[in-house]
Amino acid sequence: MLESIILDLISIGFMLTGTFFFITATIGLLRFPDLFTRLHATGKGDTLGAGLILIGLAIHAINAGMTSETVKILSICVFVFATSPVAAHAICRETYIKEGKHWVRGGKE
Amino acid sequence: MCAEKKMPRFLAVSIILFGFWLLLSWHFDPLHLTLGLISSLLIAYLSSDLLISEEEIGFSPRKVFSFILYSIYLAYNIVLANLDVAYRVLHPRMPIDPQIVEFKTKLRSDVGRTILANSITLTPGTISVDVRGDVFYVHALSEKSAEELLRGKMEGKLMRIFE
Repeated sequence: MLESIILDLISIGFMLTGTFFFITATIGLLRFPDLFTRLHATGKGDTLGAGLILIGLAIHAINAGMTSETVKILSICVFVFATSPVAAHAICRETYIKEGKHWVRGGKE
Repeated sequence: MCAEKKMPRFLAVSIILFGFWLLLSWHFDPLHLTLGLISSLLIAYLSSDLLISEEEIGFSPRKVFSFILYSIYLAYNIVLANLDVAYRVLHPRMPIDPQIVEFKTKLRSDVGRTILANSITLTPGTISVDVRGDVFYVHALSEKSAEELLRGKMEGKLMRIFE
């Protein structure tokens, strides 16, 4: 009984931390000046945010005794960490090739 | 491509695909196992050269161990990167000074370079923009994170695994 409560608290902690990083990523998306800096916020924040929320869910699934779901959620986690930076890189690369300029402090390049 | 290299690759891809089938289906009765085995063998026969390229990555316990160490190091850096970005986002004056730096890599293998590019994107203040030949073009949020990258600590760790 006590163990299950502790596991619940840990999983809630993971999910709340993940939500915090999602929120900062979104604020960054709105505040930052150009595409590259915005991708700094979303590329990192979404990866860790999604990862932490998935780990929280996996702990919840262990707690509920669902082994197959736990393994599946953890494999989603691995795929998010492998693909999300690639997506950010692909968007960056296209924009850099097409426009070739980026925002700099106090002027244009 | 020589024929004797094809067989181990075919087997490796079949095993990976069959493991993935087991993971997703989670049914262990004869019908599902047979279906999974047939389809993974067929897919491995048709496209095994897409998943594992021609270059060989020698597996040794030392390499696997240093890869696990690298994953832990990377996870720690991802958390640092997110705290760094969160700080810059929430700071009222937004302390960013973006610049694009060039970074020459000594890594030869494709897998190593891919992991390096992904790691650059996930670690503090840097995002990989383009790769031309040996040169990585990296967008850095501040001068400090650019210097951190150019010191090449991450690349050194990957060299030990892939070279």
